[in-house]
Amino acid sequence: MEAKRRELVPLALLWGAGIATLVILIVILAYILANGLPVISWHFLTGEPALWGQTGGGIYSTIVATLAVTSISLLVAAPLSVGGAIYLNEYTKETSLRMVIRQAAEILAGIPSIIVGLFGFLFFVIYLAPFTGGWSMISGGLTLAFMVLPISLRTSEEALKTVPAELREGSLGLGATKWQSITTVVLPTALPGIITGLILGVGRAVGETAAILLTAGGSLNLIQSLRDPGRPMTLNIYNVLTEYRDTTTAYGTAAVLVIAILAITLITDLLMNSYTKKLKGL
Amino acid sequence: MDIATKTSVEISVKSLNLWFGKFQALKNINIGIQKNQVTALIGPSGCGKSTFIKTLDRMNDLVDNVKITGEVVYQGRNILDSDTDVVELRKQIGMVFQKPNPFPKSIFDNVAYGPRVHGVRKKQNLNEVVERSLKAAALWEEVKDRLNESALRLSGGQQQRLCIARLLAVEPDVLLMDEPASALDPIATSKIEDLIYELKNDYTIIIVTHNMQQAGRVATNTAFFYLGELVEYAPTIDLFERPQDKRTEDYVTGKFG
Repeated sequence: MEAKRRELVPLALLWGAGIATLVILIVILAYILANGLPVISWHFLTGEPALWGQTGGGIYSTIVATLAVTSISLLVAAPLSVGGAIYLNEYTKETSLRMVIRQAAEILAGIPSIIVGLFGFLFFVIYLAPFTGGWSMISGGLTLAFMVLPISLRTSEEALKTVPAELREGSLGLGATKWQSITTVVLPTALPGIITGLILGVGRAVGETAAILLTAGGSLNLIQSLRDPGRPMTLNIYNVLTEYRDTTTAYGTAAVLVIAILAITLITDLLMNSYTKKLKGL
Repeated sequence: MDIATKTSVEISVKSLNLWFGKFQALKNINIGIQKNQVTALIGPSGCGKSTFIKTLDRMNDLVDNVKITGEVVYQGRNILDSDTDVVELRKQIGMVFQKPNPFPKSIFDNVAYGPRVHGVRKKQNLNEVVERSLKAAALWEEVKDRLNESALRLSGGQQQRLCIARLLAVEPDVLLMDEPASALDPIATSKIEDLIYELKNDYTIIIVTHNMQQAGRVATNTAFFYLGELVEYAPTIDLFERPQDKRTEDYVTGKFG
């Protein structure tokens, strides 16, 4: 009996540790939504921002800016990460080059975003200004691509690894070329994992602030082209808080951001689940 | 080893050696595989029989650190030559694997896979080849009403026959089968064996098996592999009833294996 009671102590502690994650998530979400949801209205989502020096107003231009930088980063990072993962998993053997590339991806993922932002600032905003327009959606999007790339690369590689070797052998055994086997058998089978990786990357891009702060500019004007500066939602939260203590707009923007990320995650999960089921013939 | 001289030989293997790194998995193999017959390869696990058939369609190319010497002559050419068109070779020498490995696609798309990658596009032609192949693999009656269902919904035995149909659709000359029934129940196994027996009229078949009864039922000739060596190669009935080598005798009488 004594021994059993002593077992309860670690069990309770471990249970607490496990539950803590859930509780923290719920507390943050609840707090943001409780404060932010009342702010959200049609006007808030589609309206123009408040005039200089005033609080309130809509966040339409910041939603558009977030969409712009995220799309650019995805367009650049998706082919690079999927292509890189295919190269690593299908075309290289377990050699030092492969380990070096994989290690590089891991280090890239670990670089503080403000430092990636600094590089983006010096390279895209200053050096390549004639092409990127200086502070712009292009500069911000390309900088974000550096942050999306390693996450998507590693998840895509893991997804490709889960494709059974028998399927590749089966395809090659029928006289398909390697490239045919990859495009018609390997990629469709690995697709759910690859998409999940890209979505993780999108989540990172949508939520990134420091790298954007130094590269996208901060203009509240609605962008007219991708070479214009703009203010994605995360940056807006930062700006309205530090400049005006406008907590209302900050909470509202945060709630939109959180709902968007939740929606993307859930919808992707649903789509990929049904795709996987179809793949398995269920 | 006088089988080789009796009838026409489809594949002639001479002085074949194979190493994985420092380990020699095949030692000086010489064998002539007869055309339109079933040849069984038997022997205990790790004796080199699977490695041997994977050499015949160059599947060992996929493994790291392999070194191969000797000759495998097929249609007058040594297929081990580095300038062999491996893609073309695998159209002619096809493989059925130990575990059924249908693609996660529909039954139709599985069978149409080979013709499609080789450029057949017309729906009419694909329909014909799918029906013909499924019939040849004795699966047509069971699946003709659900060709668009996922192949993964088929039973293990049906999946393996589907994999055979998928292979026949490419119209190969030689079928390599690596323990094709080892993952199947007895009924499914006997269907596969009947099928193999049927198919030998049109194809040269090499089957790796653990199961000596199976070799006895389907194979004209049988080769006994042991520790990377081809110990004995003879008409199946002779190999089982009058083995020349002590090791063959011990194996076929069940003293080890």
